[in-house]
Amino acid sequence: MSQGEIVASYVVPVHPHTVLAPDQNPGWRRLRDAFDGAAQTIQDLDADLLIIYSTTWPSIIGHQIQADPNPEWVMVDHDFHDLGSIPYSFNIDADFAHAWNEANKQRGLQSRCVNYKGFPIDVGSVVALTLLNPDNSIPAVIVSSNMYANRSETTVLAKSCLDVIKAQGRRAVAITAMSLSNRMFTDFIQPEEDKIHSLKDDEWNRKILEFLEQGRLEDVGQLSRTIHRQIRVQKVVAFKPMWWLSAMNGNRNDLTGRILAYEAIHGAGGAVVHIDPTSTGVGDKEYDEDDVEYFHGERGVLEGAEESQTDAIQNTDAGVDATDDARASDSGPALWDPTEAKGSVNTDAAPKPVGAYPHARKVGDMLFLSGVGPRQPGTNAIPGGPIHDENGEPLEYDIKAQTHAVVNNVKRIVEEAGATMDQVVDVTTFLVDMKRDFAGYNEVWAETLGKVGPTRTTLAIDALPTPIAVEMKVIVHMPE
Amino acid sequence: MGKGQIVAGCIAPHPPHLVYAENPPQNEPVAEGGWEQLRWGYERLRASLSEHDYDAIVLLSPHWQTYVGTHFLGLPHFEGLSVDPIFPNLFRYHYDMNVDVELAQAIHDEAAKAGLPVKMMENPDFRVDYGTITTGHLFNPDWDKPLVVISSNRSTAYYSVEVMQEIMIELGRVTRKAIEASGKRVVVLASNSLSHRHFTTESEVPEDMSKEHITSHAMHLWDMRMIDYMRSGQAQRILDEMPEFTEQAIAESDGGGLSWLLSTLDVPDYPAILHGYGTIIGTGNAVVEWPCYAHEVNDE
Ligand SMILES: [Fe+2]
Repeated sequence: MSQGEIVASYVVPVHPHTVLAPDQNPGWRRLRDAFDGAAQTIQDLDADLLIIYSTTWPSIIGHQIQADPNPEWVMVDHDFHDLGSIPYSFNIDADFAHAWNEANKQRGLQSRCVNYKGFPIDVGSVVALTLLNPDNSIPAVIVSSNMYANRSETTVLAKSCLDVIKAQGRRAVAITAMSLSNRMFTDFIQPEEDKIHSLKDDEWNRKILEFLEQGRLEDVGQLSRTIHRQIRVQKVVAFKPMWWLSAMNGNRNDLTGRILAYEAIHGAGGAVVHIDPTSTGVGDKEYDEDDVEYFHGERGVLEGAEESQTDAIQNTDAGVDATDDARASDSGPALWDPTEAKGSVNTDAAPKPVGAYPHARKVGDMLFLSGVGPRQPGTNAIPGGPIHDENGEPLEYDIKAQTHAVVNNVKRIVEEAGATMDQVVDVTTFLVDMKRDFAGYNEVWAETLGKVGPTRTTLAIDALPTPIAVEMKVIVHMPE
Repeated sequence: MGKGQIVAGCIAPHPPHLVYAENPPQNEPVAEGGWEQLRWGYERLRASLSEHDYDAIVLLSPHWQTYVGTHFLGLPHFEGLSVDPIFPNLFRYHYDMNVDVELAQAIHDEAAKAGLPVKMMENPDFRVDYGTITTGHLFNPDWDKPLVVISSNRSTAYYSVEVMQEIMIELGRVTRKAIEASGKRVVVLASNSLSHRHFTTESEVPEDMSKEHITSHAMHLWDMRMIDYMRSGQAQRILDEMPEFTEQAIAESDGGGLSWLLSTLDVPDYPAILHGYGTIIGTGNAVVEWPCYAHEVNDE
């Protein structure tokens, strides 16, 4: 059995023209020939699994994975119904689908399998499987594109897929069914009139293809949001497939890419691209977004959302690392109940710890506080706002509000221990952005702890485990 | 032939949860109930229209999504299985419906004359979208009236709410013109939710109503503002605020149904009847009727 690996990746266009009308336009014919060549390459690679991430199958409740072993129906496109119908009967690897679904849950994702007769398989998947697997000899699996998912969720979706590929020792092909620019002509055109909708779309498509040809898949992934803004119809399904495909390939920039075709389909950019995992030996990442191993979910809107936090902690116990992703997720690392030990001081009036430690610990007449940030007890909200969003995109925040919140949290812990703020003797403050924040922090300090008079040390550090800008480490002397 | 008439116009939401909860024989999955406020809202709407005879239902669903123009079902009969691609666990419905192709063609032709890109959908294998089926079932469970089904042109996503609204106001105008010329009595339905931010998780039993509420306070405020305009006969203000509403409430009015409906009704200045409001996985949904029968001046 092999190690389990991605033996090739493909980008393929979604519209039905390549199946139903390849000879009505020379560009559509070239796309079709590229599809046919790719099908042969996949055969030659001895692939035993095709995995399709389809942008034309949206989902709302997490991701859905097709698990009907033999879905059959007739697909008619919503726009291009006059081109004809595509009957399908696919060979789906239901075991893999179920294993992936389980792996998703292990990594904190909302996920489900679908296995319903008559399920409408989306146009992108129907086109890809019809052309890349014409004799159905290779089992396939299809995953939806979640409307609300952002980079972290989409990346983790790929990692759980890789978990199963490795566990099952599969030789898998990763396929994204997607347009590059997806702006179509909004009026009906004759086949011979087809061209890329605008010069701008064409230029961006060529830039994307240049990156892919150089094997710089992760760079394209990191440009996803920009690409979406520039050349995509702003529907909720964003330009996510490159996040998934890059993560499926280990977020690399040294892959071997080949553009098999690039043409217009009713104005949209359609490309067939082959990405070979062989390293070119060049292609450093130009900038890095944080790697994500575990999805911490969105704000829980259902009653009982606490349960999912408990789940996260249990998963940590089961060996899934719940802390890698601290900067990537809005909700941050899993919350813990404060540790109980001799002399520990804990209170519900302070924010829950992000690891196994107490709020404070008393030794003789000295009280040592764990690092205290501005998060609010109960809601976990950050006064003054978080410093970045769930994708690590920087946000505007108010350092003074954050510093005030820190001092208030310190006060609650100190008072829980039976001490008072004027007994604070030493403070170490950590700022993530000294240049931006020192003045504001210093101002709040002067109004609060500055009046008490503890010694103070202020340090700049790279990051804190939640999206906050300031944290204090406090020592209190509390004689009986 | 007398002048055609719009009997009533309605907003009627289509989350499959409502059909699932009602357990009609056409739907495979079975529920213990749920979302009664909205289902009873549909009941009140049916009762309200039961004394007004009509010939056809004209419906616009945001789940037949077209980027290239506006399309109309163009064959007299469709039957098949509709499986919701997003909630297949709730909705697998065996449908059997008739289309008023003549009226569809008339609206199509009128729209073409006005310069809108339009197309008749004449592929017999086409699967009718679940939004149409859900609203079609809840509005008329006997399916004994023919429908005209209009696709949702995605101009909001493609351009902006403003451009969508220009197109939909024009489409509404020609819809009205074609109905009047047809001599038929017609009910016009915009199949859509109001605020439309979903939960991204689902409770263990989907019909567990203890988990159901609006996603956020802001969504509630927007829904109530819009319903208030409807109930007080201020349709023009709905159109005026459509860009803000659609963006801030992530409203399903992005599909154009509501703008088209209000334009088809000639922007009514009389109060609509609110038959029901409720949330479905966090989205805001209302069943609302504009009783045109009580206000239409029949000059025949
Ligand atoms: Fe909908």
